[in-house]
Amino acid sequence: MTYRFDDVPGVRQLLDGVRYLADDGIAGVVYLADRLGKPVLIEGPAGTGKTQLAKSVAEMIGARLIRLQCYEGLDEAKALYEWNYKKQLLRIQAEGEDRHWSEIEDDLFSEEFLLARPLLEAIRAVDPVVLLIDEVDRVEVETEALLLEILSDYQVSVPELGTVEASQIPLVFLTSNGTRELSEALKRRCLYLYIDYPDLEREQAIVRAKVPDIDENLADQVTRIVRSVRQLDLKKHPSVSETIDWARTLVLLGIERIDAEVAADTANVLLKYRTDIDKAVKEFADNADELAEGAA
Amino acid sequence: MTVTDQPAARSTPLLDLLNGFIVELRAAGLPVSLTENLDAMEAVTHIPIDDREAFKFALGATLVKHQSHWRAFEVVFEVYFSIRGPEYAIASDGGSDDGDGDSEDGIGQEGGAPTGGGGGMAALSPEELAEMLFRALMNGNDSLLRALARQAVVRYAGMEPGRPVGGTYYLYRTLRNLDLDGVLDRLMEASRDESPGDYTTLEERLERDEFRDRIERFKQEIESEIRRRLVADRGVDAMARTLRKPLPEDVDFMHASREEMANLRRALYPLTRKLAARLARKRKHGRRGPLDFRSTMRHSLSYGGVPAEPKFRHPRPSKPEIMVVADISGSVAAFARFTLHLLYAVSNQFSKVRSFVFIDGLDEVTGFFERAEDIGEAVHRVNTEADVVWVDGHSDYGHAFGVFWERYGREIGPRTTVLILGDARNNYHASQSWILKEVEHKARKVFWLNPEPRAYWDTGDSILGEYANHCDGTYEVRNLRQLEGFVENLV
Repeated sequence: MTYRFDDVPGVRQLLDGVRYLADDGIAGVVYLADRLGKPVLIEGPAGTGKTQLAKSVAEMIGARLIRLQCYEGLDEAKALYEWNYKKQLLRIQAEGEDRHWSEIEDDLFSEEFLLARPLLEAIRAVDPVVLLIDEVDRVEVETEALLLEILSDYQVSVPELGTVEASQIPLVFLTSNGTRELSEALKRRCLYLYIDYPDLEREQAIVRAKVPDIDENLADQVTRIVRSVRQLDLKKHPSVSETIDWARTLVLLGIERIDAEVAADTANVLLKYRTDIDKAVKEFADNADELAEGAA
Repeated sequence: MTVTDQPAARSTPLLDLLNGFIVELRAAGLPVSLTENLDAMEAVTHIPIDDREAFKFALGATLVKHQSHWRAFEVVFEVYFSIRGPEYAIASDGGSDDGDGDSEDGIGQEGGAPTGGGGGMAALSPEELAEMLFRALMNGNDSLLRALARQAVVRYAGMEPGRPVGGTYYLYRTLRNLDLDGVLDRLMEASRDESPGDYTTLEERLERDEFRDRIERFKQEIESEIRRRLVADRGVDAMARTLRKPLPEDVDFMHASREEMANLRRALYPLTRKLAARLARKRKHGRRGPLDFRSTMRHSLSYGGVPAEPKFRHPRPSKPEIMVVADISGSVAAFARFTLHLLYAVSNQFSKVRSFVFIDGLDEVTGFFERAEDIGEAVHRVNTEADVVWVDGHSDYGHAFGVFWERYGREIGPRTTVLILGDARNNYHASQSWILKEVEHKARKVFWLNPEPRAYWDTGDSILGEYANHCDGTYEVRNLRQLEGFVENLV
């Protein structure tokens, strides 16, 4: 069996190439996922690039990204496969009356009438694919069991048809925001990767990669302020994507240095709760009260 | 274990090593299954074995499936593999006669670090060392900081070979001599002097956070240096047990350190969310209600009067009403801190939660939690405004229950669950357990959560047994795992 990647630094470089700045942990797990042929379960706070990792990996190996967005109430028919029963009906009508049921029954449940949903599609694909199962913590525990067969054996059982096995082992990524504990069975089948907020240097590099026009000093200031804000006790801490948004906003506004006033005026890009904004402004400004009113 | 039968074409020493490591992880409380074990074995065959970081991540990705377990994993890893990597050895010269704990080889070994000669550092006076530390922190020179951490441990920790003392003691001794708080103030002053104008609050804050971050890293260096030396002195097996960090869910509420407390708080939030989600789900998927006779008969008409399709009423689940009564006296102070956080988290999730706190008097604090924007404010208000002292500020469960019954007793209904949090140490006052009996009659359920180990119950002035007769359940809740167990039970 051939592997997609040679070594960990290689993965890292490739990810750099598609402008995803990985650290050793991230690159290492992607590398292992390929070598061991195992799915990767990614957890972490919202907006730290979990979904983006799957997208970037797909881009970097030139694979098609198949995405299954999870939600409460997701079922087999939406995730695995469904019989195209309208087509089946037409088929029966077209046959007329002269043939026996036993003869057409076999035809009816053939691949022709199978509607492949994301999971089956990923299994059957012959071209390189990356399967992304997004926000897996949103489905109920019972539905999770749907995923187990595909995650451990890369196959889907269709009762009428038999077992569809994967012709190749696709890279599979599952993301979770940790709103609930996933089942042990699921975790056991996956490699585990926790993506936390990046450290100062990496976040700076990310900002510079995503907002190329940004001045180096401004990027430094932006990330340092964000780091301090993350230490506050807030409802929702600013994510990496919000840091990037904020940096973009500042560049668009033509701001070169952030002072307390600018920070207060643009804080709504970074923070999404009224109380969080007030708190941050209060924490960082000299004349907090005035600014809080200005921001409101 | 039959892992050795694995096709993984690896030399046995590595297998043994990994097996030992996994045994160690399990001993630390991490749940490692056999499949994960096998995965780890296979994973390391794909990793260049001399790359320590990659090795660690390979093991981490296959063995650790909870973020909160990562810290415990790291410590076990560091201890277990500490003296096995050649470049991490304390002493290069054979290591067997590394008798004197304060040998300077550790620093000489650093080799590549631009310290101006590690050997020379031992000759520095304490003042010079402090100055060096100050400058290293100022410039954020990581390799110099690492060397300084080693030197500080050698000099101040006073480690003696074979002495059965845990790492915390040495850490305390080292840090006391370094006076890092003072250093932080000096750093701030120096950077203020350097800057052209006055610092605005924002700039000052950013500077301070930057220095704090560096000092924190320095502390971690010291900690891992101490660990390294302890392991070198007393061997992996002896140290693994003492250095083991409890998982967040196993940390005892009563004896949690500040750092552990912060972790607990973080872990608490998802737990209450889980509780809320569980309740909501129960409601949605709850079993069907009783048979709806009218509807069944009506539908039977389409089957010619045969009731072929039984119809059921929609269930009407009651909205849970919770009353939490918490002891916040001195004897459970650490637990009380945690309790207040729990109250806050719970009251954010449920609409009908009423919270009461007591020492020897009792007061309702629901409003403090509902109106407060954040927990700090709420706790502050509870501590300052709640009227919980009646006579002397020593717990008196009997009187507190009396007040509770008198003022709020009639609001307890058949849908109310009453949670009592406390150690039932009544200072030999009257127990007034008849009140609890009345409460039990009126309420749906009464549960008692006790932060003390079960073995201590009913010893000294603890009279839990007397109250327990009138509770639907008494639970020992000393850590998150037990709390979680209770939550699952409750619903």
